[in-house]
Amino acid sequence: MSTMNMIEALNSAHQIVMERDDNVVTLGEDVGYFGGVFRVTAGLQKRFGKHRAFDTPIAESGIVGACVGMAAYGLRPVAEIQFADYIYPAIDQIVSEAARLRYRSSGDWPMPITIRSPYGGGIFGGQTHSQSPEALFAHVAGLKTVIPSTPYDAKGLLIAAIEDNDPVVFFEPKRIYNGPFEGFYDRPASPWSKHPASDVPEGYYAIPLGKAAVVRPGEAVTVLAYGTMVHVARATAEHLGVDAEVIDLRTIVPVDIETIEESVKKTGRCLVLHEATRTAGFGAELAALVQERCFYHLEAPVERVTGWDTPYPHSLEWAYFPGPVRLGLAFKKILEA
Amino acid sequence: MPDAPERANRPALSLHVPEPPGRPGDAPDFSHVQVLPAGATPRPDSATPARAMADMVYGLVRVLNDAGDAVGPWNPRLSPETLLAMLRVMVTTRVYDDRMFRAQRQGKTSFYIKSTGEEAVAVGAAFAMQPDDMCFPIYRQQGLLIARGYPLRLMMNQVYSNRGDPLHGRQLPIMYSSKEFHWFSISGNLGTQVPQAVGWAMASAIKNDSRIAATWTGEGATAEGDFHHACTFASVYRAPVILNVVNNQWAISSFQGIAGGEQTTFAARALGYGIAGLRIDGNDILAVHAATAWAADRARANLGPTIIEHFTYRAESHSTSDDPGAYRPAKEGEAWPLGDPIERLKRHLIRLGAWDEERHAALQAETIDAVRAVQREAEKLGTLGDQTFHDIGTMFEDVYEQMPWHLAEQRAQSAAEVEAARS
Repeated sequence: MSTMNMIEALNSAHQIVMERDDNVVTLGEDVGYFGGVFRVTAGLQKRFGKHRAFDTPIAESGIVGACVGMAAYGLRPVAEIQFADYIYPAIDQIVSEAARLRYRSSGDWPMPITIRSPYGGGIFGGQTHSQSPEALFAHVAGLKTVIPSTPYDAKGLLIAAIEDNDPVVFFEPKRIYNGPFEGFYDRPASPWSKHPASDVPEGYYAIPLGKAAVVRPGEAVTVLAYGTMVHVARATAEHLGVDAEVIDLRTIVPVDIETIEESVKKTGRCLVLHEATRTAGFGAELAALVQERCFYHLEAPVERVTGWDTPYPHSLEWAYFPGPVRLGLAFKKILEA
Repeated sequence: MPDAPERANRPALSLHVPEPPGRPGDAPDFSHVQVLPAGATPRPDSATPARAMADMVYGLVRVLNDAGDAVGPWNPRLSPETLLAMLRVMVTTRVYDDRMFRAQRQGKTSFYIKSTGEEAVAVGAAFAMQPDDMCFPIYRQQGLLIARGYPLRLMMNQVYSNRGDPLHGRQLPIMYSSKEFHWFSISGNLGTQVPQAVGWAMASAIKNDSRIAATWTGEGATAEGDFHHACTFASVYRAPVILNVVNNQWAISSFQGIAGGEQTTFAARALGYGIAGLRIDGNDILAVHAATAWAADRARANLGPTIIEHFTYRAESHSTSDDPGAYRPAKEGEAWPLGDPIERLKRHLIRLGAWDEERHAALQAETIDAVRAVQREAEKLGTLGDQTFHDIGTMFEDVYEQMPWHLAEQRAQSAAEVEAARS
């Protein structure tokens, strides 16, 4: 075991998979010599050489398009899109190509591609370094979408994503790269070293995609969250003394419906929480699934706690962010219903 | 707004929107096409730095002259046997296109795209590449797939989306895919295949393989960002790839000027990227063969990519959904100054004494019979028209390697729907 922050854990995942499989290559803007603007790929080029870890031109569609060709050759490419906000130029290659090639070739061309991207706000990144576009990818048949919330999960999920034979979009909540963030932006930040999930095995392990984790058991209300919001949910519940069961989905497609159903049937109340904008966000899908499967167990309407339907504002970041106050009001509403 | 007083004395701007030289009702006009004589364009060594051969992007590599002789430095000096093999594939491609086009008109399928007039672009490349070099084609390279020996029967099954369709009826007709024949799944989203080909070529170089990649795009889709990303990546990593631009003058109803062909050539796109560029007579299969072999040699020697502009003409409609009579002069094809690729190769073979009109007529008749026979066999497995499809349950397969719960649930719902419709 080592104490790792999320960046170190993600780096360790790369090191291990690249050591085990010569077909894994890592590419993206600034990922080679420099090791990535967040340092996730640090040291890979030195260890594995320029053929296995290299810089690319600033052209996201070119990066993913090249990954499709590499996967067709038989490689297992891992691409970094420097910020999730920059992923849109690659949408056609992700949605119309990578996601559909297994299907349209009847299995001839599987696409074992992992597209990693730092995502989410809370770092004063403004509109172009803060977005949470996971719902766009969750909507696409043929893609898997993964969002870890701790160093331990980040490593195990990234190894599973890279080893998966389908394309995986892997969003890394950059606000929690260096420490868990509970939403109390005016308090001092806490490092990962004080959190048990920073105990990360140095060797190989994989966390299966599509499996959620119950991170806080409770009886009064189920909170469905992922990424940064898992920490906000847990801290807010503790802060307010709410007996909430917090579920970290970890993978949103495929989503772990069994764990969701079991919890909501037990608590009778469900609150979905994400940082992304509200309308047609992934919370809408979760709310629909819950009402389809747990309607007769529900004591109250499903609550959505999300970012507002605005672009991510720079100076008003904390007014946008669905933090403890917004969540606390929602708890009050759903528990009193 | 333009009449603001502070701008009153400034000259007015005017937007230029390119217009082709002729529209329906006009006489065909190709006076803007400069047809350089066969043999006139020099042949640099395939190791020549891109900058030192920049003029090639404004030339026109031609080997076959009007008399049917192969002349000049680009003559690939192929044996009559090889020339005849190429002729047979071109004839087969044209006959196949004709049969499938008719099948669409007969309601046996939804859609078809012919490659008439462009057969040399595909077939010439096939004979100049290794059979295991990887192709990232668009939808007018069927001649290449036929040249590689992919069974016509499977092509027809795909076009019919019938029970023998290797793609399970999931793809629009003509979007063939075959890993075995090193032919990547065709996409209807134009230009996406170009960076993919570059990525495949990069992977081949990463693995110190000897195989190269080639891709084809129409001149219209060179306007897509993906084409330019691909050129940047190919140049940066010196990827062993051939980037073919098939300039057939028309992108559905938009003439090549709308894609940027009015101010320069498409081969000249290479200059800005430091890539070798060749502009060739795409209706001259010997020029296509020679240019492809040149670019393949260059790629195999780790000297990087080549852009080849194949100057050709889309002799028929874009697809079965298109009527060119609505936007270009009638009989424009007959006025096309570079002739018909099959006629030109036939003339050359006759000139060599290896062929004659009688044998050509016999080949034509035999090919029609052979393709019809295959078609009858394919139709035994059904057509889109008679709705003999793969089982509905197959719709849910191959979305993922393992079917997730939500798709399994939807497959069960779909089966219940079928039951409900029956009762």
